[in-house]
Amino acid sequence: MQTAKLILRNALRHKLRTALTLLGLVVAILAFGLLSTVVDAWYAGAKAASTARLITRNAISLVFSLPPSYEQKIRQVEGVSQVSIANWFGGIYKEPKNFFPQFAVDAHNYFDLFPEFVIDPSARRDFQRDRKGAVVGRKLAETYGFKVGDGVTLKGTIFPGNWDFVVRAIYDGRDQSVDTSQFFFHWDYLNETMKRTAPRRANQVGIYVVELSNPGRAAEISREIDTQFANSLAETLTETEKAFQLSFVSMIEAIVVAIRLVSFLVIFIILAVMANTMAMTARERSAEYATLKALGFPPRFVVGLIVGESLAIAAVGGCLGIALTFPVAAAFGRATGSLFPVFTVSIETVALQAACTLGVGLVAAAWPGRYAARVNIVDGLRAIA
Amino acid sequence: MNLISLDGVVKSYRRGEQTVAVLSGVSLDIGAGEFLALMGPSGSGKSTLLNLLAGIDRPDEGHIVVAGVDIVGLGERALADWRAAHIGFIFQFYNLMPVLSALENVELPLLLTSLSRAERRQRATLALQLVGLSDRLEHRPNELSGGQQQRVAVARALVVDPTLIVADEPTGDLDRDSAAEVMSLLCRLNEEMGKTIVMVTHDSRAAAHARAVMHLDKGELSRREELRA
Ligand SMILES: Nc1ncnc2c1ncn2[C@@H]1O[C@H](COP(=O)(O)OP(=O)(O)O)[C@@H](O)[C@H]1O
Ligand SMILES: [Mg+2]
Repeated sequence: MQTAKLILRNALRHKLRTALTLLGLVVAILAFGLLSTVVDAWYAGAKAASTARLITRNAISLVFSLPPSYEQKIRQVEGVSQVSIANWFGGIYKEPKNFFPQFAVDAHNYFDLFPEFVIDPSARRDFQRDRKGAVVGRKLAETYGFKVGDGVTLKGTIFPGNWDFVVRAIYDGRDQSVDTSQFFFHWDYLNETMKRTAPRRANQVGIYVVELSNPGRAAEISREIDTQFANSLAETLTETEKAFQLSFVSMIEAIVVAIRLVSFLVIFIILAVMANTMAMTARERSAEYATLKALGFPPRFVVGLIVGESLAIAAVGGCLGIALTFPVAAAFGRATGSLFPVFTVSIETVALQAACTLGVGLVAAAWPGRYAARVNIVDGLRAIA
Repeated sequence: MNLISLDGVVKSYRRGEQTVAVLSGVSLDIGAGEFLALMGPSGSGKSTLLNLLAGIDRPDEGHIVVAGVDIVGLGERALADWRAAHIGFIFQFYNLMPVLSALENVELPLLLTSLSRAERRQRATLALQLVGLSDRLEHRPNELSGGQQQRVAVARALVVDPTLIVADEPTGDLDRDSAAEVMSLLCRLNEEMGKTIVMVTHDSRAAAHARAVMHLDKGELSRREELRA
């Protein structure tokens, strides 16, 4: 008859109370995991960003573009191996709520710079040959049922009119962290159309994507590129792709902070509930603690009973919560479609959940444990008489 | 040779501002193998006296020597170890662990010894046999009658082979037949196994099983009455 048995049986004494506490724990740990995954999803772009790529944009703001002539100059900077271009399109597919990123890119080499987008070579050639061709991500294709050969019409917001495309290739992510909810088409198609309809808005490049032969020299090369265009009409700002992505997340930083706060609040609430439960338990059992002490058991034994029980309940609730996070996050990711391109539960999230579980178990037992340790034998025995 | 000797034991409790004197200089000698009943009106300090000589409470003044050890001088840790080795407790409300079976309850104090699991089981089974409960080993306290629960408690008290068994109103919560059963069990422990027992009771029927009776009133002990030789 080991102490563990005593702890487990104690935990099951008030089945309803333990079940409700467990339910609370499961919900709290699950909610924490989901919120943490939402935050991760926002940072996914930055996390997956390559350090071997730089982004050159207009120094004033992303809304301002750069001339196509910069490509040649950037290419000549020492340490630059390739340069490609991309423009944010911001079109609407049927309804505004169907959000997904669309980019007009240099069809010849854009995918050479992004080896994480895996495309069948013959499909890629089909895309390059078709001026109206488009490459869509696997997740996007699954969300809207796009198949190779399908026509897709986007309603322009920045570039007016209805734009017709034909899906020519579907790309997969090299791994889980790759965003496969994007839509790419020919920059040339965009530019030629603009030349006809609004010549003053033609020949504009949103960003240059710069590939480095040696990522270790990113800072130096960024400076070198920006120096090339200093004191020109369109000065540039070059930074790593990661820094570029993070600058987007920083726009919604307040929301991220709020979500993090809420997730810790949830943990704090369950901690309070659990501490209350354990305190109730300890008070009810003061006569038993007094008896054990009379028999010669040291205070640390009764403390062990309380801490053990608290940890056991927390562990079961925490493990269930963590286990449930995976299917629930998957369902959540499916339900939100392309809103969160990458929605996977990270190791860090699971580690945080486990740490919270352990923390709740230990902290909830702190006060009741202290109480149990201090129960005076004579008073404790008197309590039932 | 006295097993237990109390010398000038004073104990008072503080209740708010005022102090309530419970024991005002009690001296008492108890020999090995005795079976002493402590009687007296409710609130006279019987339990307090018993708690003091069992080492679960401390006197304000005086000495309590049990088997050559002055327990007043022991620290908490040492006193707990001393209790585990020397005292068997029997309470009015049995005080069994509700989540443990009869066997596990009796085994409980043996967890503080160096006995192996098998030895603990064997000893606990034997103790339960002795109190006539070999057919109730796996029963939980709430599946046993009051009398049976108190017999489990007796088994728990004797399983460590203590120097002294203390019993505070052991029949206080029992019907007459169960009380008689428990009392004859205590008699057997005293007569056949030579256990020293100090029992607090206000039930004269129970006290009649003891070898000697002492009365406690207004903080003072009366002279002892010998019941049997
Ligand atoms: N922990 C305590 N705090 C305050 N008063 C106490 C405490 N324990 C006992 N007393 C008081 O001491 C007196 C003797 O109590 P007790 O020894 O339990 O009496 P008995 O067992 O003879 O009925 C009573 O008046 C009781 O109220
Ligand atoms: Mg009493």
